Amino acid sequence: MPTLQDIALKTSGSAAKLVSGHRMCAGCGIPVVLKEVLAASDKPVIVINATGCLEVTTAVYPYTAWNTPWMHLTFENAAAVAAGIEAAYKSLKHRGKINGEVNILAVGGDGGTYDIGFQALSGALERYHRFMYLVYDNEGYMNTGNQRSGATPFGASTSTVPAGKVSPGKPQWRKNLVEIAAAHRIPYVGQSAVHNTLDVFKKAQKGFSADGPAVLAVLQPCTTNWSFDSALTMQYSRLAVETNFWPLYEIENGIVHITSKPTNRKPIEDFLKGQTRFKHLFRPENQHVIVEMQEMIDDEWDRLVKLEASGVRF
Amino acid sequence: MSDKKVWQDLETGMELPPATSLGYRTGGWRILRPVYDPANCIHCMICVSYCPDMAIPVTQTEEGVAGKGGKIFKGVVRWQTDLAYCKGCGICAHECPTKCITMVREEEAEQAACKP
Repeated sequence: MPTLQDIALKTSGSAAKLVSGHRMCAGCGIPVVLKEVLAASDKPVIVINATGCLEVTTAVYPYTAWNTPWMHLTFENAAAVAAGIEAAYKSLKHRGKINGEVNILAVGGDGGTYDIGFQALSGALERYHRFMYLVYDNEGYMNTGNQRSGATPFGASTSTVPAGKVSPGKPQWRKNLVEIAAAHRIPYVGQSAVHNTLDVFKKAQKGFSADGPAVLAVLQPCTTNWSFDSALTMQYSRLAVETNFWPLYEIENGIVHITSKPTNRKPIEDFLKGQTRFKHLFRPENQHVIVEMQEMIDDEWDRLVKLEASGVRF
Repeated sequence: MSDKKVWQDLETGMELPPATSLGYRTGGWRILRPVYDPANCIHCMICVSYCPDMAIPVTQTEEGVAGKGGKIFKGVVRWQTDLAYCKGCGICAHECPTKCITMVREEEAEQAACKP
């Protein structure tokens, strides 16, 4: 059983694979996600990083916050390059030019994963390369000023879907990346949230040890564009799980397993409160959006619980 | 084109030595300073694992350090926050189960530190 003490030791000092001095916003959860995931690898890690918050803040020339081999790519092709590196690694190993084991980790934000890098990701999963794809999901293009993405939730106001007199925010529900990834019949897909350190750690361990591709989606509240106090990042992540807005579950070899079941499901308002992107929903004319949102969340949760109980392969 | 290049002749891409960002001190961003009281700490490592700036140093100790209630904590323990990198987000103070970290305005903390 991993403990916070073990993880703390693995993520500090010379053992840290991501170090201080990066320029992410105060209170950003992305480095926390990366710390948790990188600590879960017992082998050297090669990180392949799509464009996004993580990339622009950790590699400002001549500085780099990475203490592990790292490569930046365009938005589209993190998964394709991860696949190429895995193929090259296998080839070099086969020819006896290198030995030793490595883990390959491709990282992207939700923009680079749900939308722009989706085709490359789907291809790499289908070709069954042995790598893990990590998506830190802050529900929009936060690096460029809160544009909507395929991960932006229903009802959120963004700079490209602003709420106003006519529109109550984004009219569509978000994509379910975890289930889309699981539909590729890959060995491991997980969904976790940044506040639950041990859950992210354990899921990352399973992802790294999977005999094939793995996908891990981690919710990461954005203090800048969800607009809440920087001290509340973990609090919002926790609320997302406690309201069933972002259930923690995994699909291992097709079998669904919910890793955290809230005993008392909190109303979705608890999560929406205090976020500027949902502020308009509390106006009387937009009450129906919250009701609709709550229904959708409960429906999705029921379906997930039934899927788990049935034991049917996904 | 007699001097046609093959891919092996191409120059290697950009390479940087690792972890150079340690030379970039982000502590100057801070408005609120976390003031840590070791006498109330249980060394649970929640603040350490949540710190986005990896600004809380930890070490493994067999001797142990005194924490809450004078108890000696052995194993992995935390030390004072590294103010060279802490951006003052306040996650540690908000999540601390014993509330042994308080956020103080930077200028007040500075003045308090200057008093004889």
